[in-house]
Amino acid sequence: MTFSSALALAAGAVLVCAVSVLWLTSVRSVIRAVAIQGVALGTVALILGVDQRDPGLIAAASVVLVLKGAVIPALLSRSGGGDSRGRESRPLVNVPASLVAAAALIVVAFVTTRGVGRFVGTSAGSLVPVGVATMLIGFFVLVTRRRPVFQIVGLLMVDNGIALVAFLSTAGVPFLIELGVSLDIFLGVMMLMVLTRRLKVEFGDVDLDELQELRD
Amino acid sequence: MLALLVLVAPLLGGAVVAAAPRRGGLRWAAVATNGATLALGVTLAVRVLAHGPVTGAGGVLRADALSAFMVVVIGAVALLASWLGIRTVALDLAAGTMTPTRAAAYAILVQGFIATMLLAVLAANLGVLWVAVEATTIVTTFLVGSRRTRGSLEAAWKYLIICSVGIALAFFGTVLFYLAALHAGGHSAQALDWTSLMATARHLDPAVVRLGFALVVLGYGTKVGLAPMHSWLPDAHSQAPTPVSALMSGVLLSVAFYAILRFKAVADLSLGPSFSREVLVVVALLSLAVAASLLIAQRDYKRLLAYSSIEHMGLIALGAAAGTRLAIAAVLLQILGHGLTKTVLFLTSGEIMAAEGTSHIDGVRALLARRPALGGLFGVGLVALLGFPPFSLFSSELLMTRAEFGVGLGWVAVVAVALMVVIFVAVVGHARHMLFGPGETAAVDATPPRWVAAPLVGGLVACALIGVVAWPLSGLLVAAAHVVRP
Repeated sequence: MTFSSALALAAGAVLVCAVSVLWLTSVRSVIRAVAIQGVALGTVALILGVDQRDPGLIAAASVVLVLKGAVIPALLSRSGGGDSRGRESRPLVNVPASLVAAAALIVVAFVTTRGVGRFVGTSAGSLVPVGVATMLIGFFVLVTRRRPVFQIVGLLMVDNGIALVAFLSTAGVPFLIELGVSLDIFLGVMMLMVLTRRLKVEFGDVDLDELQELRD
Repeated sequence: MLALLVLVAPLLGGAVVAAAPRRGGLRWAAVATNGATLALGVTLAVRVLAHGPVTGAGGVLRADALSAFMVVVIGAVALLASWLGIRTVALDLAAGTMTPTRAAAYAILVQGFIATMLLAVLAANLGVLWVAVEATTIVTTFLVGSRRTRGSLEAAWKYLIICSVGIALAFFGTVLFYLAALHAGGHSAQALDWTSLMATARHLDPAVVRLGFALVVLGYGTKVGLAPMHSWLPDAHSQAPTPVSALMSGVLLSVAFYAILRFKAVADLSLGPSFSREVLVVVALLSLAVAASLLIAQRDYKRLLAYSSIEHMGLIALGAAAGTRLAIAAVLLQILGHGLTKTVLFLTSGEIMAAEGTSHIDGVRALLARRPALGGLFGVGLVALLGFPPFSLFSSELLMTRAEFGVGLGWVAVVAVALMVVIFVAVVGHARHMLFGPGETAAVDATPPRWVAAPLVGGLVACALIGVVAWPLSGLLVAAAHVVRP
């Protein structure tokens, strides 16, 4: 397998995982999808790092693989495993409509950011719209799902999409910054899980749109 | 060395307080170290003005006039907020709503929050700036949700989700600037350093910078509280403990705006000023409109203060849109004036809430007659906030409006002034409700202790003094404006 087809395959896997979250309904399989997405993202970075013999990028790839492929999903399934219902109750947009929306978002991503890909000028750069599409689908999940776990997954997908763009277009930000970014994301997800648990302890199993105490 | 010291001071205070949470006297350690931060900020400003930018920690930290000015603002607001924080924590401990363990965690988080803001304004690298701003979100989420009521947990959830999305967009924007810098011949390790980015700014690809800047404004704008990404702000500000609300409204919003200013400087060199002007005018007018429409029928005085922050951030964005050196200096003066005034108002509102037991505007009547000290502070604070002389917000708003007319943004300035009039009428109406009226019953414990009132009065006096005699600051303001508009 050549370098560019391996890269395209890994980047494509990131997007497929994002789309699959739209039709998966059980918490466990959604967490698995986002874990696979993390592994695919790490693989993209690894392929690029090996190709360019860049030790910083290989190190960044291993951080992504460990954190997004294993640690965060494991923590998520521990806190989501106790979820009594275990599935998304009623997404605001149903599955077929979600898939149509995803298709539209992918088109939008390609139309708007093909120029950036051309500017980068490498075969990796031409895959930039894949990352943008992943990010947009992440936003979609974030606004149409009500369970806390699904929103955390949506946020992770937004983040993975942007990280994919960063790897493909610039071979990643400098390693020190990458480390800080990963740490922040890890802590952010931890915080969301702590909040989810507190919400459950205080009020039982809530949908997020039942939280309507604060409004004008 | 000096820059590093600024960063370490607040953490030291937090550590001392947390080491002995039962010893009330030790809580003054945080106030002392925040005072030290303010003093170090002034020292830093003097040094920078005399000898140029200061670097520290192996080049990770760098302070120019703009950074030094922001350190001064953070130090001043932190000093006031931690001073009143002693009272808040003592009251909560006495009421049993806070345990000594939680008081220790609270002290560490507040001081950590201050340190992350200082890191943001002292970072030499725009990537490190991003890491620091994101870190402020994580630290403050616990503080917003610390009361563990249904409302505060809801606010914390919204805050973390919305700001994480926003900050992710800002990261996307930062990556695009990085991409443009690499293509302009920057070395990968330094490409996001402020100095090298400014040196290559004229050679950056305009299309990539345009997309990047729009994402930066949308992303960091979320944390600034600019519409359309403002919806977390009133909830978080009204649910957080008051010293935290004061810190968030007084400086956190401005620290996020500082990030936009840095990117604007780079974008303006690459694109000319017109693109950043268009983007900022749109979000500024939108923010002013949102603030005006939601202030009219506001029922909660903490939320009223929160929407007024959205208004002021809109005014600041509009001033930055004008973008001349004079306008930037006025923007910075507005940041300082708003920081001081809003901090005093939030802290006073905390006292009112503790005394009256409600945050509803309808629940508070005849404050001036029943609690003259609190009512007076709140009233004078609102007068300062609404931009009356001699307070500094008057001069900065006047300067910003003049600058807007000067660069052909006259119609925008007229719309902004019209919206400010609406806001003025709304706020005065609510204030009249709360402050005036027949005070049949004299309150029992009407005046706050002198050590509580002192920092509040001090903050307002400082704001008035800056308004009357701005000259000690003018050198720093002009130098800082030169950083944004070289």
